[in-house]
Amino acid sequence: MFGYYLDLALRSLKRNRVLTALMVIAIAVGIGTSMTTLTVMYLLSGDPLPGRSEHIFYPQLDAETGKGMVRSRPADLLDYPSARDLWSSGKADRQTMTAEALVKIQPVEAGRHPSMIDTLTTTSAFFSMFNVPFRYGGPWQPADDEARSRTVVISERLNQQLFAGANSVGRTLRVDSNDLRIVGVLDHWRPSPRFYMVVGGHGASDTSDLYKPPHDLMLPLSTALDLHSQFSWFSCWGNVDPKNMAAAACEWVGLWVQLDTPATRSAYRDYLRDYDAQQRSLGRFDHPPNIRMMSLMQWLDFNQVVPKDVQLQTWLAFGFLVICLCNTVGLLLVKFLGRSGEIGVRRAMGASRSDIFMQCLVEAGAVGLLGGIGGLLLAWFGLWLVRQQKVAYADLAQLDPMLLLVTVAMAILASLLAGLLPAVRASRVPPALQIKVS
Amino acid sequence: MRMDIRHVAAALRRHRMATLLIGLQIALACAVLCNALFLLSNRLQLMSMASGVDESHLVALSLQGTGNDLGRDTLLRIKQGLRGIAGVESVSMTNAVPFTQQAGEIGFRSVLDDPQYNQQGHFYVADNDFIRTVGVHLADGRWLGDDEAANSTSFLPSSPSILMSRSYAQHIWPGQPSLGQVLFADGAQRRVVGLIEDLARPNPEPLILHNTVLITGSNVLGQVFVLRTGPLSRDRVLRQALDAVARIAPDVVVDLDYSGTLSELRDRYFASNRAMAAMLCGIIAAMLLVTALGIVGLASFWVQQRRRQIGIRRAIGARRSDILSYFQTENFLIVSGGIALGMVMAFALNIVLMKLYEVPRLPLAYLPWGAVTLWILGQLAVLGPAIRAARVPPVVATRSV
Repeated sequence: MFGYYLDLALRSLKRNRVLTALMVIAIAVGIGTSMTTLTVMYLLSGDPLPGRSEHIFYPQLDAETGKGMVRSRPADLLDYPSARDLWSSGKADRQTMTAEALVKIQPVEAGRHPSMIDTLTTTSAFFSMFNVPFRYGGPWQPADDEARSRTVVISERLNQQLFAGANSVGRTLRVDSNDLRIVGVLDHWRPSPRFYMVVGGHGASDTSDLYKPPHDLMLPLSTALDLHSQFSWFSCWGNVDPKNMAAAACEWVGLWVQLDTPATRSAYRDYLRDYDAQQRSLGRFDHPPNIRMMSLMQWLDFNQVVPKDVQLQTWLAFGFLVICLCNTVGLLLVKFLGRSGEIGVRRAMGASRSDIFMQCLVEAGAVGLLGGIGGLLLAWFGLWLVRQQKVAYADLAQLDPMLLLVTVAMAILASLLAGLLPAVRASRVPPALQIKVS
Repeated sequence: MRMDIRHVAAALRRHRMATLLIGLQIALACAVLCNALFLLSNRLQLMSMASGVDESHLVALSLQGTGNDLGRDTLLRIKQGLRGIAGVESVSMTNAVPFTQQAGEIGFRSVLDDPQYNQQGHFYVADNDFIRTVGVHLADGRWLGDDEAANSTSFLPSSPSILMSRSYAQHIWPGQPSLGQVLFADGAQRRVVGLIEDLARPNPEPLILHNTVLITGSNVLGQVFVLRTGPLSRDRVLRQALDAVARIAPDVVVDLDYSGTLSELRDRYFASNRAMAAMLCGIIAAMLLVTALGIVGLASFWVQQRRRQIGIRRAIGARRSDILSYFQTENFLIVSGGIALGMVMAFALNIVLMKLYEVPRLPLAYLPWGAVTLWILGQLAVLGPAIRAARVPPVVATRSV
């Protein structure tokens, strides 16, 4: 029966090509724009650490002293003494500190200019906590953190730039006029967003920079302190000696802890509270307790990482899809009712209401399928357009196979929905009684 | 024969469902169109915001890797070298220029013991050549004297006198004269000796005012060189400046993301806004197209369905123009109904966007624009089918179906 309906549907679609084309275009354009924006939205709002993120937490304290504003929430980063204390306590299942520095690297080949690179300074556990894949070598060891070893891990991209992709483990890299030994080269790793360094997102009008690719250079925080690297500060409340960031009255270090069970989670919260109380009794903190510990996904959510423009575009695209559907409902209605005569004849010859209804839906579905294919092409083009933009997430905008299916399914579903009302109307056409007249 | 709107409306009642649908589509289009036009104009306004400097004359070079080791001597040698480039009128060393990166932000207090850093502001720290180089305009008071530059290497130089953006001064001291007032920060007080026309922050954001303060100081934290030159020689000056830096200080890295002519920096700074504006234009165009196609489709069907009636009307004396105006009136009625509903929906959509995305309130002025656009669109879309209807010969009336 379905084959027969499909045959009828295709005939009917062919009979009025202009109307059919109008409907297919409307569905295609609506689906194309909404799938483009939805894909971007989906890629930017996913879990950057699936299966792990619920065990990863981000503790925060308020270490600022003096006559500053009493903050409603703790700063996005910690001061070094607090971060170091919490990190070295070993109270979590795993823990790592993260801070950003700008370093100068000398070219490997002579005659080239030096370049500045945003660097992640962290601790050895970073790589295992966040499932960072290695192509060559591996992370530095916990002992290297203590020994301030002159070691460095580089990204696949930097390895390609400097060593044409060869195994560079064991070679040295001149960083801020010091020789660091490469111990590991990362494999392709592109978390979205660059979650381990998400700060300052909340309320910002453009958060697309949070989707930058991971750092090209990673080295022990202790080593970077030793080398007097130029760290990025989040905020400071006293005089800052850039050569002694370990003691600076600044917030500039992030702490990530892995807490595997609810019991360790609540124990860690208690520990944070105790630490804060202790520091206040020692006189180092002078603000009322302002403690927070969000999970990774909560932290991303709190920072409103998905750029507002992307969300706004999604809204507009869906508004537009509704308009396109409205359009399709109207055109289908016209189309089906325009065939009232034919439907009357079929009813008179014994077709039931549900036969007519089904036939109309098959026809609507066929329009949806055609529109879906068109929409897919448009979404593919739309994502290409997004990739041409100068935004940090441009390279992420790729169509994935799952979304491919969703696009076509959505188009068919949308057109079936659009066909529902016209199909009901068509199935109510009474059997033709005046058949003998014509 | 005069067209009677009541007749047209009566005919529409017989096609209630289709009329309702097309009306609904117009309403949705009106709601989205008004908001999209409004968002678009906000973006265009933001992208064309005044920076307060003579952009067409300026070239900026942002240096990196000068670290804490690179001495003042090197910076002065670079400045000397840049000044020697043909066509360069003046050179200044600063911590930032508009459309680069946030460089110096601090909480200013207008009252010494105020526990709140209530006035977050951006400060430009520059040498005495800054004002004449970038072309800031004095609104009131006086310029900073050559002897007022503090010779300090701290975060915020302790110069006793500052200039500030007029709107920032008005924000801090509303309704009061701001010349001669004192700002406190970083353990020192600074007197406002002059007000400048608005000077944008290095990273201007929508809804954030130009909260800028200008301090002169020999601050090595500021590692942006800004060069004044003629509009035509900018590109050549930029190339020669890059060469000069590489020659004078081969160890210094130029941050190419934040170097270029000021016009280039503006373009780069607003790249995402431009992308959003393009997207909005695309949505608006596609929406108008789809709406027009919907009207064409529906009107064509109605014409086809009413061929017989049209023939009869023609046979009993209706002129072609009567048929034409019948369909145009019909379209006008439907579109008007859609617009009426659409205006309400436009405000509803705006309220949602205001809540979620800090979009400002939709000004009433956008509604007539949306309405006129849709009326014109509707009339144009229906024109084709209406002309076809007008061509239906009276003889059709005599034929059976």
